[in-house]
Amino acid sequence: MATALACQQMVELVTDYLEGSLGWRTRRRFEKHLRGCDACGRYLEQIRETLTLLGTVPVETLSPEAQATLLAAFRDVR
Amino acid sequence: MSGDESELLAALRAGDEAVFARLVSEWSRPMLTLARGFVSTQASAEEVVQDTWLAVIKGLDKFEGRSSLRTWVYRILVNTAKTRGVKEQRTLPWSSIAGADAGPSLDPALFQDAGDAQPGAWRAAPAPWPDEAAVEGSVLAGEVRRELREVLDALPERQRVVLTLRDVLGHSSAEVCRMLEISQANQRVLLHRARTAARAGLASYLEGES
Repeated sequence: MATALACQQMVELVTDYLEGSLGWRTRRRFEKHLRGCDACGRYLEQIRETLTLLGTVPVETLSPEAQATLLAAFRDVR
Repeated sequence: MSGDESELLAALRAGDEAVFARLVSEWSRPMLTLARGFVSTQASAEEVVQDTWLAVIKGLDKFEGRSSLRTWVYRILVNTAKTRGVKEQRTLPWSSIAGADAGPSLDPALFQDAGDAQPGAWRAAPAPWPDEAAVEGSVLAGEVRRELREVLDALPERQRVVLTLRDVLGHSSAEVCRMLEISQANQRVLLHRARTAARAGLASYLEGES
């Protein structure tokens, strides 16, 4: 039987877990720890919530002026 | 190339301005983020994106459709950005993960150490976050978005680029690896550190709130 994962190891495996890139043995140990540890469960939930919130952050695109310049160039060439 | 993309390409070649305008507006977001990973200023990244679109306009007729339209556009972008980055004497080591990327991503002081009863266990469980933070349209959600913007801006460059492409703009891990020409493993290291930092930034903000 493999030794149990410590919480400090859990937080470093979270991304691999969510990306589906853990080997099956480690995945099993990860999920086993999760079932018995509310603190790590909350941590994982907060990571998920962070990802959801990141999806709402606006990202800049080109300025309207730059877009207009490009459209004019497109019109000229096409 | 998919069916949608053939239609897109046909529209562009036929001079459809509405289609071109929409592409410029939508694709320039990830393109700016990507360019920012290779050059030194935001202004420089904007020029790279504009130069890329100009090259796309000129090259449309020569594009053979062996890759997807998007891949072709991104390849022009990355080449343009890299050339410019070299001129600006700025090259981020995308293929090597070193120094700052090694070691624990989360503050070790949060965990018990060797002298404690349960080494490696949380000293205290992470504090709960107010439910309202996740409610779209709430005042707190607006503040959280601003806070996340600051956290993103404070991240090391490569981490910011990967996190923005993956979690803000929603590109898949395969897409991001292709765009940046990095391995899955390296991408995951950068993503992991960035996600850990984003959550920690949010946690210290939200805990200060309650």
